[in-house]
Amino acid sequence: MIKNYFNKHIDAKPLVVFRVLFGVMMFVSMIRFWANGWIDKLYIKPSFFFSYYGFDWVKPVGDYTYLIFIVCALASLFVAIGYKYRVAIILFFLSFTYIELMDKTTYLNHYYFVSVLSFLLIFLPANAQFSVDAFLHKKEYNRIPRWTIDSIKLLLAIVYFYAGLTKLNSDWLFRAMPLKIWLPSKYDLPIIGNNLMQQEWVHFAMSWGGALYDLIIPFLLIIRKTRPIAFFLVLFFHVFTRVLFPIGMFPYIMIVSSLIFFDANIHKKIIYYIRKITRIKPIKLLQVKEYNFSNFNTKIISSIVLVFFIIQLLLPWRYFLYPGELFWTEEGYRYSWRVMLMEKAGYANFKIVDKKSGKFFYVNNDDFLTSYQEKQMSFQPDFILEYAHFLGDHFSSQGHKNIQVFVESYVALNGRMSMPYINPKVDLYQEKESFYHKNWILPFESDIKIKGL
Amino acid sequence: MIKKFLSIVFLLVLINACSSNDGVEDPISLVDDFDRGSMLTNLSDNIIIPSYEDFAVKMTLMKDAGQTFTASPNQNSLEQFRASWLDAYKSWQRVEMFNIGKAEELQYSYYMNVYPLTISDVENNIVNGGYDLNSVNNQDAQGFPALDYLLYGIADNDSALIAMYSTGSDASKYSNYVNAILNQMDRLTQEVLTDWKNSYKNTFINSKSNTATSSLNKLVNDFIFYYEKGLRANKIGIPAGIFSSSPLPNKVEAFYRKDISKELVLDALQAVEDFFNGKHFNGNSTGESFKSYLLYLDRNDIYVSTRDQFNAARLEINNLSNNLSDQVITDNSKMTRAYDELQKAVVLLKVDMLQAFSINIDYVDADGD
Repeated sequence: MIKNYFNKHIDAKPLVVFRVLFGVMMFVSMIRFWANGWIDKLYIKPSFFFSYYGFDWVKPVGDYTYLIFIVCALASLFVAIGYKYRVAIILFFLSFTYIELMDKTTYLNHYYFVSVLSFLLIFLPANAQFSVDAFLHKKEYNRIPRWTIDSIKLLLAIVYFYAGLTKLNSDWLFRAMPLKIWLPSKYDLPIIGNNLMQQEWVHFAMSWGGALYDLIIPFLLIIRKTRPIAFFLVLFFHVFTRVLFPIGMFPYIMIVSSLIFFDANIHKKIIYYIRKITRIKPIKLLQVKEYNFSNFNTKIISSIVLVFFIIQLLLPWRYFLYPGELFWTEEGYRYSWRVMLMEKAGYANFKIVDKKSGKFFYVNNDDFLTSYQEKQMSFQPDFILEYAHFLGDHFSSQGHKNIQVFVESYVALNGRMSMPYINPKVDLYQEKESFYHKNWILPFESDIKIKGL
Repeated sequence: MIKKFLSIVFLLVLINACSSNDGVEDPISLVDDFDRGSMLTNLSDNIIIPSYEDFAVKMTLMKDAGQTFTASPNQNSLEQFRASWLDAYKSWQRVEMFNIGKAEELQYSYYMNVYPLTISDVENNIVNGGYDLNSVNNQDAQGFPALDYLLYGIADNDSALIAMYSTGSDASKYSNYVNAILNQMDRLTQEVLTDWKNSYKNTFINSKSNTATSSLNKLVNDFIFYYEKGLRANKIGIPAGIFSSSPLPNKVEAFYRKDISKELVLDALQAVEDFFNGKHFNGNSTGESFKSYLLYLDRNDIYVSTRDQFNAARLEINNLSNNLSDQVITDNSKMTRAYDELQKAVVLLKVDMLQAFSINIDYVDADGD
């Protein structure tokens, strides 16, 4: 049966349109990022960068960082027009992922989504039609293996469904947190800001509505009958979140992506409109009925994609392997589609001690971190550890001896009062980063526990 | 199945909406909207502008006393000048935190109260002349700290000090410098006050949106920044050696006058607390403020903790010697204890209060984690 499934074919247009729109979106994202001055602000100006475990060799490269963005923007453009597609999408995946790995301060689930999606796209024949490649090879493929389009649908379904699962916790459902903090602060929105956004029942309705939306939208998109409603919901939901929160291009990317669930007829029309706007005339090319991977490629690619999805399905559950409260320790928090779940803020005051003399002084974080980095660092243990090591190294190199690094830190989570966060008696300079539980994180001791997934 | 599910969802939302609408008629559960405009109005009309007005009066009195002293230096005019300096310095503690509008544009506080003073710059300016007080390089050679030095630090006793302005070889140069500083301080103060009264007040009150540049957000950030840097660090932390490997007793405020540094900290702390509570300048009534905003947001817990923490800090500061420089040298542990209590309020303001206000600080994409 599985073999049968892998031999099934389907109209290529949904994937082709997906490729075009994805490429354009990414191109716009890159331009927007540059135009907002964020390359300079986030990757050139800071003197210190937070690395992902094992990726401390990935750093901004001074002014050449702009080059990486240029490569990434050009690659996305090439993806959009389908020119040297395979090379372009690989370049895009590498450059985009490199950018994201440069500083984990800027980690966002939707950046991770783009990396993951572009990785998957490497293996799909998204240039089968309506592409420069097709034009140059003088042939178009009408149908492609069905699993290629299904794999994108599956990825999207995982993103939504898991995002919904993560909302099934007591803070989200029964305390309407963090929306109860965020929505009232949107008092300056026209019409709804000063009334609806201030109402507690609205916070609850939006919490429950958001969770339900995430959980059922994949199914509504898959089922033909509910698809138009589903798309309307997608539009409404993402435009609404775009108005409420600074989430950049993500809503548009999700709206465009959800088009892949529709039949080829719609994509035929989209291609027609794109041709009309861009005045690209259809050219008679040799029409090949089916695109087929060679047997060898099928084996390799299908196993890569299979492993890819197993990882996607399991990775978000890794937090079960850690003790303590996930929202508090954040061990196993990333790469799990936990979006907008927490309003977390902290304060971390680092103390540099001379072990022998007992003399100490406190660090002024402004000296080393941008305000954004300091904000992100102050409530994430892996940031705190990395920064403590940086400080230890820095003051050692200045000639201080026998250095110990301690931190006095407080974190407030989802409207609870701030509480001590890291054990202030542990010399962080002696602690090593690893995948093991960080036992120097103080336990979450609020009376208001968080229950749920 | 899906359809059924959907209709149940819609029904739930509908019921939820209706039942809550019923609740709105009940005055107890009525969620009234907090008026940020009236908070900004209260803060500007009843605290910021009156504080500036008070300071401007004392500033001008000090300037006049300085002119009298330099015109006829004697024990009496010196004491008048010193008294007006102290008056103005105390009043200054109520305005330093408002680094917004014209004050921010002019870098007002950097020309008024940067300490420790760089004596060599002051002496060079006096002897060589040709200085530019508007230069950033001279920020640590003017303002209250320079007057502190020129009123208390340049001689061992009063008669010797008076002689510096009357019979000394550089007497006229010293007098000129004193007047130059006073004129500069007075001019800047008038500029800031005039701007508040004329145009900025309206700008300030009307900019109540939640963006990185709105006055509400800037005010909250400035307030916290002042508490953390201007008060906690400058007045207590730095002299106590919190940020250096050893204590720095000559980095206290009013170092040459010696016995008022504690008084100034207490004034500053009171000013911070009054602002937080929305307490009118020189009065007992209060209006909308950070405190009432917290209460509106149902965060009485944050308010109570902050209030208690301010009190705890005041208690520790009261234990200090009037001369903080002495305190650092004789028993620095009392200084660090005071610092620790001040520090705890930083957490409450910067983490808890900021989170409750959900203030927009930085413009970058975020998905809330």
